[in-house]
Amino acid sequence: MAAFETPPLGEYPVIPPVREGTMAHSKPFVAKADHQNPLGFPGELVPGWEKVAVTKLGQLVQQSRALQVFLDSCVKCGACTDKCHYYLGTSDPKNMPVARQDLLRSVYRRYYTFAGKHFPALVGARDMTKEVLDDWYSYFHQCSQCRRCSVFCPYGIDTAEISMAARDIMDSVGLGQKYSNEIIGKVHKIGNNLGLPGPALRDTLDGLEEDVKEATGVDVRFPLDEKGADVLLITPSADFFAEPHIDGLIGYAKVFHAAGISWTLSTHASEAANFSLFIGSHDHLQKVAERIREAALELGTKRLVVGECGHAWRVAYSFWNTLIGPFDFLDARYPAPQHICEVTHDLIRRGALTLDKSANADKVVTFHDSCNVSRGSRMGSEPGGQFRIPREIIRACVDKFVDMAPETIGETTFCCGGGGGLLTDDLIELRVKGAAPRMQALQQVVEEHGVNYLAAICAICKSQFTKVLPYYKHPMDMIGSVHGLVSNAIVLGPKS
Amino acid sequence: MPALTVLYALLFYVAAATLVGGVAWKSWVYARTPQPLKIPIPPAPTTRRGVVLRVLLEVTLFRALFRSNKWIWLFGWLFHVALLAVLLRHLRYFTEPVWAWVALIQPFGLYAGFAMLAGLAGLWARRVLVDRVRYISAPSDHLMLALLVAIAASGLAMKYVAQTDIVALKAFFLGLMAFDWKPLPADPALLVHLALVAALMFVFPVSKLLHAPGVFFSPSLNQVDDARERRHAAGWSAKIVHVNRARGG
Repeated sequence: MAAFETPPLGEYPVIPPVREGTMAHSKPFVAKADHQNPLGFPGELVPGWEKVAVTKLGQLVQQSRALQVFLDSCVKCGACTDKCHYYLGTSDPKNMPVARQDLLRSVYRRYYTFAGKHFPALVGARDMTKEVLDDWYSYFHQCSQCRRCSVFCPYGIDTAEISMAARDIMDSVGLGQKYSNEIIGKVHKIGNNLGLPGPALRDTLDGLEEDVKEATGVDVRFPLDEKGADVLLITPSADFFAEPHIDGLIGYAKVFHAAGISWTLSTHASEAANFSLFIGSHDHLQKVAERIREAALELGTKRLVVGECGHAWRVAYSFWNTLIGPFDFLDARYPAPQHICEVTHDLIRRGALTLDKSANADKVVTFHDSCNVSRGSRMGSEPGGQFRIPREIIRACVDKFVDMAPETIGETTFCCGGGGGLLTDDLIELRVKGAAPRMQALQQVVEEHGVNYLAAICAICKSQFTKVLPYYKHPMDMIGSVHGLVSNAIVLGPKS
Repeated sequence: MPALTVLYALLFYVAAATLVGGVAWKSWVYARTPQPLKIPIPPAPTTRRGVVLRVLLEVTLFRALFRSNKWIWLFGWLFHVALLAVLLRHLRYFTEPVWAWVALIQPFGLYAGFAMLAGLAGLWARRVLVDRVRYISAPSDHLMLALLVAIAASGLAMKYVAQTDIVALKAFFLGLMAFDWKPLPADPALLVHLALVAALMFVFPVSKLLHAPGVFFSPSLNQVDDARERRHAAGWSAKIVHVNRARGG
């Protein structure tokens, strides 16, 4: 991997001038046959792939009103051109959302529109060639599908939909991305992204029970596969594995303990993440989600709660009802999946938790809105709950909370730079550069308010920041779980 | 009947049919294409009423664009509103007697012609001067602006430079609508203006001007944020059927 420079952060954010080709070299490792075949994708570029790709594109457009409308409607107004964190961090014009869309739109026009068939040069239509495919592989893996651009688009054109379609087409011709496809294979085979088998998971949870007992003197349980528990917790497997994720898991367990809610994890569905979203595969999206329905039915749980994971919450909130519903097997009082923040927030509001802010007295906290939570889901019953609820939880747990600049949070939040299947070391340059806009906003609150804790509710964000914070001269342990703060603050009374 | 009149009469019949038929066909394609998943973009309303209001605000005030970039918003909105006023002003050529409100807006329609040009000039300047927008512009994007500028300029030329016989012109269009053809005045500015308008009508259904019907069908704008409350299913997702059974059972 070529050496690269971390983007310098000035006093104010600037829109960089276009510099063509600066990220043309950025490509993730290509999936080998071992990772492709189990998912039903060809192991290598198929003969006549050009035709296969064009046919697949036509099918996808026919199946999706979004694609149909988005590919036709763009007027090239330029509103999105300065909205993508990857453009802002790399200044490569193909990272401008409209230019990224055009990589696919140009092919769509060539084969499926009157103007593109007859006047290709006039409307920028292109044949499906190896050069185009290489561009696709490079730049559709420089999109974290965070949907920030679509908030600013007058037609709501969602680059994520186009990037997912492009990746779906590439998989269908045998050009898959190793990172995502290997992980999806593990979920199918073992049950989670990490490939953590059931006994290892039980060991981990036993260890956590001991740790919490040692730290608090209280027997907080981490149940696995317990039939008849009320709540089935579906959480990203990162929560079983590493800091700062694991503090979040401890936080969930303490909340359930304090509220007296019986809960369980499932070996069969020991993963909230669903990377099939990133590669645009409906089949895998549904199959991976199906495990959750199966686990809930098998364990007889009455509620579904999802842990801190951004895209998992998008899938759970926006797609589960479609993919694995109807949820007629759940308790009528909780007829839909809930976010762990909704559960904790509700308990706080009802006074069911005792929280001691002094446990977090050393922290000045800011909150990073994760893209999929912000722009692909909601929490609570009111619009904007996904922004308000986590902040109210944080404020209940800490004294000092400040928000970053308004245009960098809420529904216009900047992606961490590692979402959408890009959280892999072979894309580290992209990840560091793509984090620049978030780091810019963070830098400001660090300087003005002494912020020393960046809270998030997404496993990808947490892993990404752990990796990239040091590039921007911040300590890697500055990033933490929202439920890590809850875990610190919660007061567990002795069981009577 | 002069050959010119026949030519333009046929031109406008075909152009009108292409415009109406093309947009109707495209709208039908959008309407019949399923949207299998829920993908509303925030700020997404939680009710159907809210969605109607949202789309209305988008198409009348360009709300997202306002948030996005004040210059594009200013020029884009100015152009569209001016175009609307100009189109309404032109209703006088197609109605007899002229509706009172159409008569009332005539002077505004005239200013709007200049406003339209100003908006187009602003948009075109951005396309040339802003490196990002220059990069994403295809020749067709410039041509579209050129076409609209030429239509506006030739229209204004007939008012300020070489006036045309608008009484005869009106007779021509009323005749077209009644299939009772009347001669078209053979003024160069008018012939250019009408030919360009016909060209725009032809191009509409096969170009980015499809954003006009498209915006109403955009799922990210017109979906209600109620995925948890109402089970959404369409296209491939409608084929998913669950019977309640435990794993292995």
